[in-house]
Amino acid sequence: MAGFGESFGLHAQALVLRSQRNEILASNIANAATPNFKARDIDFKSVLSAAAGQGGLQASHAGHISKTQTTDGAEHMYRVPVMPSLDGNTVELSVEQMEFSENVTGYQTSLTLLNRRINGLFSAIKGE
Amino acid sequence: MADLNNIFDIAGRSMSAQMVRLNTVASNLANANSVSSSTDEAYRAIRPVFETSYADAAGKSGLATVDVAEIVALDREPMRIFEPGHPSSDKDGFIYQAAVDTEEEMIEMMEASRQYQNTVEVVSTLRSLMMRTVNMGQ
Repeated sequence: MAGFGESFGLHAQALVLRSQRNEILASNIANAATPNFKARDIDFKSVLSAAAGQGGLQASHAGHISKTQTTDGAEHMYRVPVMPSLDGNTVELSVEQMEFSENVTGYQTSLTLLNRRINGLFSAIKGE
Repeated sequence: MADLNNIFDIAGRSMSAQMVRLNTVASNLANANSVSSSTDEAYRAIRPVFETSYADAAGKSGLATVDVAEIVALDREPMRIFEPGHPSSDKDGFIYQAAVDTEEEMIEMMEASRQYQNTVEVVSTLRSLMMRTVNMGQ
């Protein structure tokens, strides 16, 4: 029988990764005026598929503890600027803000789907 | 240096840095028309120097904020004006006006305030996400 954690599926992991990506993008926006700062980001899709077990660690025994995937192991890549700036800073506010709003929307989507899943579980438990 | 753990650390320190920048702009504008009787005494515009501060030494977590490393006075020559009647003119009748470019300061001010607004926006967005997450399943 599947535990509660497993019924949440990929969205539980997506939520953690989205939240970490939010902080990385916030770091970029905070450093928008710092000379020589290089904007960084993670490839959300590949990190999530690693978290989902494709390419990540597989548990072959029931006693194995599942590893919570974080972005610590993920490759932080440097963003390629549309227009290079004189002070060596690669943060472009338009790009960062679009990525940030896309990521926030993704977070809210995962959160909404998780809420529905939890409500479904509650209905099943109450049996009403 | 204080720990850098979450969005509130990132945004708080970034906003402090922008606040220092706004304060230097205010000092510069306040002194824009001040005069003195020698080149050395004349006011020179001051600017903060921003520096990235990473959460860990290797920068592995990707978290970074910004701090003011130092505040420097710009190396600009004060304007020398011939005004013999001025009370603070030197023996040759010259006064020295502060080396502040008002337009430049206004641009600095706008950029700093935009940066500040951006950071506030990020914090309020992420804070509302956190509140929704806290109420998950209700």
